[in-house]
Amino acid sequence: MSFEQLVFYAFAAIAAFAGLMVITVRNPVKAALWLVLAFVSTAAVWILAEAEFLGLVLILVYVGAVLVLFLFVVMMLDINLAEMKEGFTRYLPIGVLVSLVVFGLIYMVVGPEHFGLEQFKPTEHGPDYSNTKEIAVPLYTQHAYAFVLAAVLLLVGIVAAIALTLRRRPPSEALYQDIDAQVRVRAEDRLTMVKIPAEVEPDLPENKEEEEGAK
Amino acid sequence: MTFEIPNLSLALPEIVLLTLTSLLLVADTFWSRTCRDCTYWATQITLLIVGWLVFSDFATQTQVTFDGSFVRDTLSDVLKLFIVVVSIGIFLFSREYLLQHKAYHGEFFVLGLFGVLGMFVMVSAYNLITLYLGLEIMSLALYAMIAMQRHSDRASEAAMKYFVLGALATGMMLYGMSMLYGATGTLELTGIAQKLASGEVDNTVLAFALVFIVIGLAFKLGAVPFHMWVPDVYHGAPTAMTLYLASAPKIAAFAMLYRLLWDGLQLALPDWQGMLVILAALSMVVGSVVAIAQTNLKRMLAYSGIGHVGFVLMGVAAGDAEGFASAMFYIVVYAITSVAAFGLMISLARAGMEFEEIDDYRGLNDRNPWLALMMLFVMFSMAGVPPFIGFFVKVAVIEAAVNAGLVWLAVLAVVMAVVSAFYYLRVVKVMYFDKPAETSRLEPISTQLGLAVSLSASVLLLFGLFPGWIMELCYRSLGLSVVA
Repeated sequence: MSFEQLVFYAFAAIAAFAGLMVITVRNPVKAALWLVLAFVSTAAVWILAEAEFLGLVLILVYVGAVLVLFLFVVMMLDINLAEMKEGFTRYLPIGVLVSLVVFGLIYMVVGPEHFGLEQFKPTEHGPDYSNTKEIAVPLYTQHAYAFVLAAVLLLVGIVAAIALTLRRRPPSEALYQDIDAQVRVRAEDRLTMVKIPAEVEPDLPENKEEEEGAK
Repeated sequence: MTFEIPNLSLALPEIVLLTLTSLLLVADTFWSRTCRDCTYWATQITLLIVGWLVFSDFATQTQVTFDGSFVRDTLSDVLKLFIVVVSIGIFLFSREYLLQHKAYHGEFFVLGLFGVLGMFVMVSAYNLITLYLGLEIMSLALYAMIAMQRHSDRASEAAMKYFVLGALATGMMLYGMSMLYGATGTLELTGIAQKLASGEVDNTVLAFALVFIVIGLAFKLGAVPFHMWVPDVYHGAPTAMTLYLASAPKIAAFAMLYRLLWDGLQLALPDWQGMLVILAALSMVVGSVVAIAQTNLKRMLAYSGIGHVGFVLMGVAAGDAEGFASAMFYIVVYAITSVAAFGLMISLARAGMEFEEIDDYRGLNDRNPWLALMMLFVMFSMAGVPPFIGFFVKVAVIEAAVNAGLVWLAVLAVVMAVVSAFYYLRVVKVMYFDKPAETSRLEPISTQLGLAVSLSASVLLLFGLFPGWIMELCYRSLGLSVVA
């Protein structure tokens, strides 16, 4: 086993173990952290396969941005874990059985027989070879249409997220701060001077007697 | 590498649709307070413009642009025109429903247009990436539209189920596509076809990829045994959304079937034909038998939709151009029938009275004879009673199956068509021969809605009396002359 293979298997094993932990740990914050580990080790595998740009992007975008956001969301939501785990142990045996069978079937196809190094030989590159450029050029030329479509997909995602979460409440229901109105307000808008005629209370002799009687 | 500017004029309908939709998205924020109906009318005008753009530059030969990721041929243009026509109907009925249920938001129409854009992309996709992106744009818009009625638990549940199962199906399909790429080394459908023809493809990997792709397609179409989400989503979603779900996306799903299985994987026919035969047979049986037990009209139509998908898959399973043409004929007619059926439910529905249960239709003839007649048209057409178009589409797919040698499947289809006639005719019986629970006449529906319902339902009779041209359109777009 060469050194490269050793490194590959080490990172692959870490990634698989971390993936397993993501779905088995009870605490969602811990699950998200395991996911970070899974991503980092996958990125290492990619870098090993000479896809440096993708590996770095995976760390920068997914670990750096997406998962941090994800952690925030998980921490803010109060998820009832006991409820979500219900039925997990009940369906565990059949789930394990099915996944083992499927794994066996997939291994037969995706194993070394069909996707081994004999079929897909790694290509040797010169020192001036740029991985980033190899991705960039087809992305903006050959796949320009798909690139635009991906942007549309993100736009639909934004519209959907806002349409689902924005609550348009009438101003009578919710209190909004209208800074313009606050600045523009003048004293006469808020204060009304009312002339109230002076009133003199008449003496109430009966009341006085009652009070004394009560004493 | 030099960059050639692709021929943008071929994609003009998509470009205009995207531009106008984005404009509408911004404009809606200004209009929403002052002019509620502006967004609706702008949506319809956008669809008319796009439809006209497709029509005015109708493609008679196959043209490819964007480095082989976009195709424009007769099939794509015919399907796009049908999508536009069906969508106009969808938005017309949806607006009424949303107004009645005080759920009228401009975003509904904007997301709907994005969904139409996704369908256009799918119809014109010529490589795996664009096909997948089109599917995702459409699905994302659909998930959001179902969930938009936030205070309705049922709608949220339906959206959640649809989202989770849709994501699972997408994952399956994507895995299949990646394996297909692994087997052939290309993303372009024509490239895949060439690679298959050259015989250098690893057949085990190819079969493996096909299994996942067919599972993904079956999930999206709602074919048995991947149909569990269909009744729950149709039932839980607001009727306006059920109308959307059950009509235009089916046309796009057919396009996806055609592009993947025929344009790309035609030579792998022996691998996928068997799977489609199983899916078709199971869908027809489950769709016909389980629908009998339903008391809710939306659930019943959901199961009937599963049955119809079985018929479509039977046409596809025939595995020749004639089979695809008959399947296309079937799916287009099914989309129009769905618009008529759910449109009728929307016109009858009032806030607080959804007209969802079959019992609600008791004695409809006494309460509103015209709408009862229209419902009769829809039910007869779905059941496949001769003067209606539903009869001719069933004949077309059964003929294609017999010609391809799938006689036992064709016999099963006929038997299941007879079984399904029971529950369609039950609705007719309930409307005409049962005593109504309330004897009061229904509130009259608006003229616009009345016209739309009458048009969409009587079209089924009209097409049935003159089935030639629509059939010819479908057969011609696949390069066939009409046999019948």
